[in-house]
Amino acid sequence: MIKDRTAIAGIGQTPFGKQLRESELQLACNAILNALDDAGIALSEVDGLASYTQEANNEVEVARNLGLGDICYFSQVGYGGGAGPGVIGHLAMAVATGQCRVGVAWRSRKRASGAVRRPWSKSNSALLETVAVNYTRPFGVIRPVDEIGLLTRRYMHEYGATRDHLANVAIAQRKYANNNPDAQMYAKTMSREDYMAARWIAKPLCLFDNCLETDGALAAVVVRADRAHDCKHRPVFIHAWGQGFHAQHQTMQNFFCDDPLRGPAWVTARQLYSQSDIQPADVDVAQLYDAFTPLVPLSLEGYGFCGRGEGGAFTENGNLETGGRLPVNTSGGGLSEAYVHGFNLLTEGVRQLRGTSNNQVPNAATCLVTGGEGVPTGALILRR
Amino acid sequence: MTDTTLLPHIDEVNQPFWQGCREGILRVQQCPTTGRMIFPPRPVNPWSPRDKAEWQDVCGRGIIWSVIEPHPPLMLDFAELAPYNAIIVELEEDASIRMVGNLVSKPGAAINSIPYDDIHIGTPVRVIFEKINSEITLPRWVRDS
Repeated sequence: MIKDRTAIAGIGQTPFGKQLRESELQLACNAILNALDDAGIALSEVDGLASYTQEANNEVEVARNLGLGDICYFSQVGYGGGAGPGVIGHLAMAVATGQCRVGVAWRSRKRASGAVRRPWSKSNSALLETVAVNYTRPFGVIRPVDEIGLLTRRYMHEYGATRDHLANVAIAQRKYANNNPDAQMYAKTMSREDYMAARWIAKPLCLFDNCLETDGALAAVVVRADRAHDCKHRPVFIHAWGQGFHAQHQTMQNFFCDDPLRGPAWVTARQLYSQSDIQPADVDVAQLYDAFTPLVPLSLEGYGFCGRGEGGAFTENGNLETGGRLPVNTSGGGLSEAYVHGFNLLTEGVRQLRGTSNNQVPNAATCLVTGGEGVPTGALILRR
Repeated sequence: MTDTTLLPHIDEVNQPFWQGCREGILRVQQCPTTGRMIFPPRPVNPWSPRDKAEWQDVCGRGIIWSVIEPHPPLMLDFAELAPYNAIIVELEEDASIRMVGNLVSKPGAAINSIPYDDIHIGTPVRVIFEKINSEITLPRWVRDS
């Protein structure tokens, strides 16, 4: 097992915004430089690289631009927003087993600018990895929000979840962002009236059920636990990691299976907790992947914080907010800080365990970080 | 539909499904060993991978499992129709076989002919077909009274 054998020693990021001047490659390099400075580790020590399959900058370009030396380990994880925890998990395995010593993970994206690469804007024949699009897109189910909207409507029908529950998620995260100067929505408050008045995107989902459009990059440095003790900050140990998807899962269009509302999070959680001394009741703060608000209640269920169908009710009474039962997405998350395929959820988890979050949970010692529900996904349990 | 990027990509595996639509018949793959149905079509039968899947006509009736109403921003053809509805139908033969489609008021009516608020999960529906071009005919759904 990789339990506690590696740690995240450094995190770095660029500004988040729209129409950033730098290229994706420049942003990636800036984030990596910041993460290495944060760790106090020299560029020359990096010998492992990992990112997402959807990352546009490959390892060779990053290494050539940063002047890195010999690289001994490189890997990519697929499925968009499901990838993040796997990227860190790959480096944790590689470092723990000696395949490399200093692993760097990153994600860079210019989503908000003109040069967008949305998979859903390609032709069906180009989407070879998902033949199911032939049976969804001709009927106008085109965007991720349409696909998640269909699951959400069914979820509301089966369990009585409401738009007020989804608003609880959006508003809780906006409040965190309003206290996080790095967040794109730092200066924009959101009331329940604002949420309810927002325009529809895929009814029952409105504008504020959707994540932001962001230009930006983030990076993290993974080293052995003993090395991490010599770095600049208190180590954040990678306690457990899991990945998963269920039988007959279909990425995003997860309608073609026995039980669509029991998504990949359930398999991932089983694997994760089987490796972990830290169980749901022991988690102090959670960063749950939030491309859309309904992924939060679905993830609360999948990762064992409440029973099946209880995710909507869990959002009541400020449970996700500061001082609540389980503070969730304390930087503002993808909905209100930045949407960089969930990498900012990881860095916020690290800050919570260092004690340096803008929305610090007092004495937070354990944090769950998840990838996207609805796609092959992953999750990490971090501890200080 | 003028934007063909969103139309189905017909290949040798799924050809019988789209041929069926052209003939006015809804059909899905079926495992000859277990009898379980398979959708969307695929080259290997997941219920018994050494046994080739067969094609089976279904009755074309089902019930609405979910519904959405997409609004812009959307790709061109659909932006012109928005807001429209999209539904998921559970087939009568096997409720775990679900098809995405659109509920229309009558054959030939547009996919925005019934508003979202009038569409209810659990409503019985039956399939009809709409010819898009010489190659593509799409299944649509009407209420089954």
